[in-house]
Amino acid sequence: MKGTAAYTEYHPKWYRTRVSTYWWMSKWRYFKFILRELSSISVAYFVVLTLLQLHALSQGEGAYREFREWLKSSLMIVFNGIAFLFVLFHAITWFNLAPKAMIVRVRGKRIPDLMIAGPNYLAWLAISAILAWLIVRG
Amino acid sequence: MAGTITLEVMRYRPEQEAEPSFQKFEVPFHKDWVVLDALNYIKDKLDGSLSYRWSCRMGVCGSCGMMVNGEPKLTCATFLSHYTLGPVRVEPLRYFPIIRDLIIEMTDFMVKLKSVNPWIIREEEKPLSEGEYLQTPEQLDVYKQFSMCINCMLCYAACPVYGLDPHFIGPAAIALAQRYNMDSRDQGSSKRLDILSQHEGIWGCTFVGECSRVCPKNVDPAGAIQQYKLKAVKEWFKSFLMPWSKK
Repeated sequence: MKGTAAYTEYHPKWYRTRVSTYWWMSKWRYFKFILRELSSISVAYFVVLTLLQLHALSQGEGAYREFREWLKSSLMIVFNGIAFLFVLFHAITWFNLAPKAMIVRVRGKRIPDLMIAGPNYLAWLAISAILAWLIVRG
Repeated sequence: MAGTITLEVMRYRPEQEAEPSFQKFEVPFHKDWVVLDALNYIKDKLDGSLSYRWSCRMGVCGSCGMMVNGEPKLTCATFLSHYTLGPVRVEPLRYFPIIRDLIIEMTDFMVKLKSVNPWIIREEEKPLSEGEYLQTPEQLDVYKQFSMCINCMLCYAACPVYGLDPHFIGPAAIALAQRYNMDSRDQGSSKRLDILSQHEGIWGCTFVGECSRVCPKNVDPAGAIQQYKLKAVKEWFKSFLMPWSKK
């Protein structure tokens, strides 16, 4: 929408309130939104971590052992724990919002939100269970 | 004082002051009074110079939207009894320029609303002799929710994206575009998509979701925008895979 503010020159006395840099701290709901947006960084972080892990694997057994030792340090455990909580928050908020974007109608009636969010959660649980099984078995 | 409630009303008289300030008024407390009744009392009995918009008093016209204790509300549907503990702070709708007291300048919204072509577009009108365009209750049900918008602009006052980027088309205009897109009689969705798929259209929305929460008519503009995003992606894929197909 270019140029829609051009009318202001004829009304110089209109008062405009500046939006505070800290607008997101004014309400819990805004703060939660910012947390949700920031949690994307954790998602990206785990992608990078996986790539680094693959890189270490390609460098041979010694490099991979060293990488695993680094992951076992208390600092990394705490850091990854916090990042994981953010990823959980990201996934849950994402699945809860999915029914807003996906409207499915059966025989002309919109199906309940739970029918959209539910399969997302089930798929998440199933994939997590398969991965856990593979890791524990291996 | 027993039986009264304090209203802190924002005043801005451009010929007198450079910036707004708050003025306190004591008004009678009646449990069946809404904030608009209190403002009308001030106007009638205490200070006739107070300026604000209102019309229907029954949540239909969308004129009396204001910030009440920091929340965008229709003042005709917001009871004083919700605020018995403290003063009620009444301000003009956030993010809009203030003309006077509680009156905001809404040209920006009107321009944006018009830009999304919120009316039925036909490629070709059928002759009158063929009668009206019929619609089943199921077809009506698809878009009815979005047609309930009363243009009160509470969703704009709740949207930090609009506050930070005034070029953003905004929740109500997009919801109304979606209302016509989903109307079985309409054929103008590709025309609207060209406008709304721009950066300041649907992609400007970061899904804060406050617009849907404050909407007095349960229109769910946030839902409309996300559905529109899905549609835009599908259309893009379609045009990418089948560039020869009609938009």
